[in-house]
Amino acid sequence: MNILDYTATELAKKIKAHEVSVLEATNAVLGQIDKTEDEYNCYVTIDREGALKKAEEVQAKIDSGEIDGPLAGVPVAIKDNMCTEGILTTCSSKILGNFVPTFTSEAVLNLERAGAVIIGKTNMDEFAMGSTTETSAFGPTKNPKNPEHVPGGSSGGSAAAVAANECFYALGSDTGGSIRQPAGYCGVVGMKPTYSTVSRYGLIAYGSSLDQIGPLSKDVTDCATILEVIASYDSKDSTSVKRENTDFTSALVDDVKGLRIGIPRDYFGEGLDSEVKDAVLKAADVLKSKGAVVEEFDLGLVEYAIPAYYTIAAAEASSNLERFDGIKYGYRTEEYTDLHNMYKKTRSEGFGPEVKRRIMLGSFVLSSGYYDAYYLKALRVKALIKKAFDDAFAKYDVILGPVAPTTAPKLGESLSDPIKMYLGDIYTISINLAGLPGICLPCGNDSKGLPIGLQLIGDCFKENNIIRAAYTYEQARNEMEKEVK
Amino acid sequence: MANVISDETIDYVGILAKLELSDEEKENAKKDMESMLDYIDKLNELDTTGVEPMSHVFPVNNVFREDVVTNGDDRENILKNAPEEQDGMFNVPKTFD
Repeated sequence: MNILDYTATELAKKIKAHEVSVLEATNAVLGQIDKTEDEYNCYVTIDREGALKKAEEVQAKIDSGEIDGPLAGVPVAIKDNMCTEGILTTCSSKILGNFVPTFTSEAVLNLERAGAVIIGKTNMDEFAMGSTTETSAFGPTKNPKNPEHVPGGSSGGSAAAVAANECFYALGSDTGGSIRQPAGYCGVVGMKPTYSTVSRYGLIAYGSSLDQIGPLSKDVTDCATILEVIASYDSKDSTSVKRENTDFTSALVDDVKGLRIGIPRDYFGEGLDSEVKDAVLKAADVLKSKGAVVEEFDLGLVEYAIPAYYTIAAAEASSNLERFDGIKYGYRTEEYTDLHNMYKKTRSEGFGPEVKRRIMLGSFVLSSGYYDAYYLKALRVKALIKKAFDDAFAKYDVILGPVAPTTAPKLGESLSDPIKMYLGDIYTISINLAGLPGICLPCGNDSKGLPIGLQLIGDCFKENNIIRAAYTYEQARNEMEKEVK
Repeated sequence: MANVISDETIDYVGILAKLELSDEEKENAKKDMESMLDYIDKLNELDTTGVEPMSHVFPVNNVFREDVVTNGDDRENILKNAPEEQDGMFNVPKTFD
């Protein structure tokens, strides 16, 4: 078996059993990068030297018994909005094009303590603003399943790197679907945990009340394992919550008997591609045949999530991105007349069009005279959306639906009409507004051969319900595929 | 309801956002913002009377700790990425005469 075919947890077992060395695993990934990276552009930065050095160090620690975890020695890719000490961290923006952090984000530190080997930093939409990875200042990433199509976004580089075997797993961040949607488009597993589960310390902020870090992986077992490693209470993130139940791998159980699954009718209306619809409903049937109680219901307010989200996210972005001023770090314009002129020129030259669009919208909705009408109104609608989910989770353990209305669009088709692009986020965005956990896993391909993503949503702090359902579905699907073969 | 963004508004937003826009960018920004606001106006279909604005989904309280210094002098690291530095300080353009 080719090393690259192992999942992350399988590889860690092989390393532990001394059947594969950390260096062999790292070289396998670097070799794959040599073959496919020119075409896919998954990475902004590849840290070959650092990875090879780290591989030796981690191997020594595994051999001495100092590190003994389920991910020890496994090469990982990190989205380029998480600070990594000594490794360029750009957010795929010109304004951070020269930024080398002097500290490492907490989630990545947790991985390093568990023996991760960082291969590099993955491409993304600039500052995570986009759904295709086409707003990156370093060029688009291509979808490894079909390079004429986008990988999704904003964690498109992370999803594509996993799909292309250019790493064994990756971290992404999800503000409105940025882990789940690219996972769906690239046919990998991606999960956004409950808000506050993974520390945001060292994650370069976009929408602070919405941002969460999570895993992108080859299967559900890896996903739960990675999440268990990165989840931690952290006093450096003031919204971090002390959780008792972060034993996510205990939910890797092939059994959904009695699990109550709700299918929101309003997720299956106009705009949903018929092939996506069929595949997702078939997945629901599979879970039903495994003993889950599946029924349809009306969630409500679905169409209001996008306008509420873009108001809130833009407002938070305009505030968070004020820090990029050409003084403390990052790009500074060449010529200027005074301080304010320097600020303006630095930011205008440093940010791309989508980022400017959202900063301006955010500045407007927060400005005096409009704050109540737009920003507070959106926060009130957010409260209603949260209430709608609370009502749903009084009846169901899991909400099941598609991750996106279509499979991956072609490159170049999305950016011309921002609102149309935002509409593609309809099934993912409300989960961030309500702070809920959501997982996306593959549930088939369309007639063009592009992956279709199934999304399972759980109540806050109840990741284990969706992990259990996802694992059970994955087992059933593996069985079905074996039968076909 | 169609929103109309005036030249004055877009200039004001440019000041708030600290962005310098070319005339062409300004025209595009006006159009973008108009269509976004038309779209956001959909929220007015919902009656939110009496609904408290929800900034965080979980109750967020002040986190208190003892007032002791836990970090050391980190000046070198802090200045490491500065575009311009002088005598251990950030160098900024002249701010007043």
